[in-house]
Amino acid sequence: MTIAALGGAVAPVDPGYLFQARQMQALSLAVHIPLVCFGIAFPAMVLFCEWRHLRTGDPLFRTLARRWSKVMLGLFAIGVVTGTILSFELGLLWPEFMARYGNVFGLGFTLEGFSFFIEAIFIAIYVYGWDRLRPRLHFLAGIPVALAGVMGSLFVISVNGWMNHPTGFTTQDGRAVDARPWSALFGNGYFWHEFVHMYVAGFVVAGFLLAVPYAWGFLRGRRDRYRRTALTVALSAAAVAAPLQVFIGDWAAREVAHHQPVKLAALEGLARTTRGAPEHLLGWYDGRDVVYGVEIPRLLSLLAFHDPDATVAGLDTVPVEDQPPVNVVRLAFQSMVGIGMLLALLSVVYLYVRLRHRRLPGSPWFYRAVVVAGPLSVVALICGWVTTEVGRQPWIVYGIMRTSQAVTGASGIPIGYGTLIAVYLGLAGGVGWLLHRFSRLPIEVDRDG
Amino acid sequence: MAEIPMVFILAGLAAYTVLAGADFGAGLWTLFAGRGEAGHSAIRHHARHAMGPVWEANHVWLIFVLVVCWTAYPVAFGSITSTLAVPLFVAAVGIILRGFAYALRGQIEGAVGERAIEYLFAVSSMLTPFALGTVAGGIASGRVPVGNAAGDLVTSWLNPTSILIGGLAVAAGGYLAAVYLAADARRVGSWALERDFRTRALVAGCCAGAFALAGLIVVRFDAPSLFAGLTSGGGNVMVAISGAAGVATLMLVWRERFGLARASAALAVAAIVAGWALAQSPLLLPGLTVEQAAAGRSTLLAVIVAVAGGAIVLLPSLVLLFRLFLRGMLDHGAAADVGVPSPPALPHKTRRRLLEGFAAAMLVIGGGLAVLADPGLVLGLGVVCLLACAVATFALVAVESDSET
Repeated sequence: MTIAALGGAVAPVDPGYLFQARQMQALSLAVHIPLVCFGIAFPAMVLFCEWRHLRTGDPLFRTLARRWSKVMLGLFAIGVVTGTILSFELGLLWPEFMARYGNVFGLGFTLEGFSFFIEAIFIAIYVYGWDRLRPRLHFLAGIPVALAGVMGSLFVISVNGWMNHPTGFTTQDGRAVDARPWSALFGNGYFWHEFVHMYVAGFVVAGFLLAVPYAWGFLRGRRDRYRRTALTVALSAAAVAAPLQVFIGDWAAREVAHHQPVKLAALEGLARTTRGAPEHLLGWYDGRDVVYGVEIPRLLSLLAFHDPDATVAGLDTVPVEDQPPVNVVRLAFQSMVGIGMLLALLSVVYLYVRLRHRRLPGSPWFYRAVVVAGPLSVVALICGWVTTEVGRQPWIVYGIMRTSQAVTGASGIPIGYGTLIAVYLGLAGGVGWLLHRFSRLPIEVDRDG
Repeated sequence: MAEIPMVFILAGLAAYTVLAGADFGAGLWTLFAGRGEAGHSAIRHHARHAMGPVWEANHVWLIFVLVVCWTAYPVAFGSITSTLAVPLFVAAVGIILRGFAYALRGQIEGAVGERAIEYLFAVSSMLTPFALGTVAGGIASGRVPVGNAAGDLVTSWLNPTSILIGGLAVAAGGYLAAVYLAADARRVGSWALERDFRTRALVAGCCAGAFALAGLIVVRFDAPSLFAGLTSGGGNVMVAISGAAGVATLMLVWRERFGLARASAALAVAAIVAGWALAQSPLLLPGLTVEQAAAGRSTLLAVIVAVAGGAIVLLPSLVLLFRLFLRGMLDHGAAADVGVPSPPALPHKTRRRLLEGFAAAMLVIGGGLAVLADPGLVLGLGVVCLLACAVATFALVAVESDSET
């Protein structure tokens, strides 16, 4: 390792390091965020199954809840470590950000730490207590798990909302003084759409991913009652959430248009401020215009402000060094929206068949689509976060602190980045193998140990 | 008020050292199981399973320490993490590998690759506390100046004090784990395992004691100001308490009073943390007192309120978890004692109709409000209606088992 000490607090930072540090943070987030979806949605699904068991006495629901709860614990354990890595990285990669603004936003993480605690405690009681606790008590032990999963993501997203729309402090000599953490985080209206968007995404991602192995089994002819029930619960959770996301997404876009016009301009590739701005589907931003795209007149104004003649601010409203990388943001945004629309369509098909004919869809094409929808929902999730996080660049605290001012002065980031990639690749392989193995375990309805 | 969050941090650190230290130690015993009376595989099996239910909760203490530190003492946090980036990164990788091995372990008994996973778990169980110990050593010996990576990236953690504290962390973990595992072995009624872990606790206890004594000598030369703090005033008292508790634990283990030994072993380790804090108080980093490092008044107040409020929820939950755990209510393979579930309740047609109507109404109202209203409370109401529609629809499509057989 070639590690040399850099100078004091104002050490100049190598721009290459900044890029690698951002990549490293992005990689860690991309690994953690799908697990968050399971933290939000999985306990609710498991509890639903257990509630059905308590209600109907059907042992199948108990078996289902029990098997799922084991997967839930495994995913939670991995979520704990990947979450710990994130909190390490905040310090390791962005010490200046922590040092100057930790007093404003740190409270969100303190609260999140407590909800993490509650989640860890009750998930252990729930999963290890299946045979020992009385059924109703056991069900009750699961409720804090579900609540803490949601609260934890709320607290973390309140910090992200603050980074995008910073309030509740005064800046003096480049650091926050007179911090008012409660109002900065929770008196800040900006984070609500992010939270609801993520909450609903949790059900879309967890539901579709959970449905994949059962849909795959359906295609192979494994259609016993256990698998049908599992598929129904998982797909229902995803299918009621995905169409909802269209409305929430519309809300989110309008919030961005209002509070972060440059981010909106970047994700639409709008170079100049335009009245009655058009929307471009696909295509490429060449620095002045979107080329090779399909132009739909006035649609952007209509979507962003619900008025076809509204004026939309362009990238030219700020200097070039204050603009985010347009094509990355735009590609991520369009991928998210496109995939989201496809998922919503698939969901509507499912809901129609289920409500109208009270059965599962019969066509193998539906199940093939579900097998693809699982991974695609993760892609959409990551693209959504790329949109908002890369779209915030070059700022770490929007309009106040640049990401380049926040990065560590320590060298050796490439080594860390390489190590982390290797470790996560190994992790991904291991998890895939584990899930594969788990799905092969025989299902015993009466006595599942 | 500036010191109160530091008290939280130290309490969290002590809890993490005791609880997670024991967890790390259990990992160590899967590698150095030895033969014993119960046999190699029985010892490994016992070490592996005893910690299961409390593993996640134990490790959240570290997150607690980090978040309180960066909220209440942001400048110190930034200085520590940038200068000590290398050992912190090593600890992070160790935590990933360990969590990964833990998640896999339960599922792979008898499969190919089991041995590799076991080794991974054991090695990462030693690497992580060692790395975190070197971090503590770097801070304690005054090698972390204020600033973004202002200290030496190598010697800040590769120095005599750091290495000894790292070693002490590993040995103390092994010691704690052996004491706890002996107590657990008694609970599950395995006489041979109890004796085996009694022996291991005695050996590891002597090792930890040796590390602690050697540490004092090294600190005498490597970090004279820390040594002065440890040998005078409150620091001295804590060192004495730790030593006395350590010796008492050895005696209690010798006489097979494992329940009491659990408590005194924890006290011995927690007293070291307290002694370190007292020894370097009021300084947090060289030239930076706790008072100077603290964030503004409203931030500190927010942290205190949050921690106090959180503790009201957390402490009863923790007590519940450990009571269930120590009574064996969460043990693996327990006998089924399930009450008879209530008879099936059939869904009524009218209820379904009502639910359908409700879902449709919520969709229309919610959709209308969400699209037409500007961001604000009205739009929020629309979103709530849409969520209600989603829940009702879920109840419609997921509750009834499908008619196809």
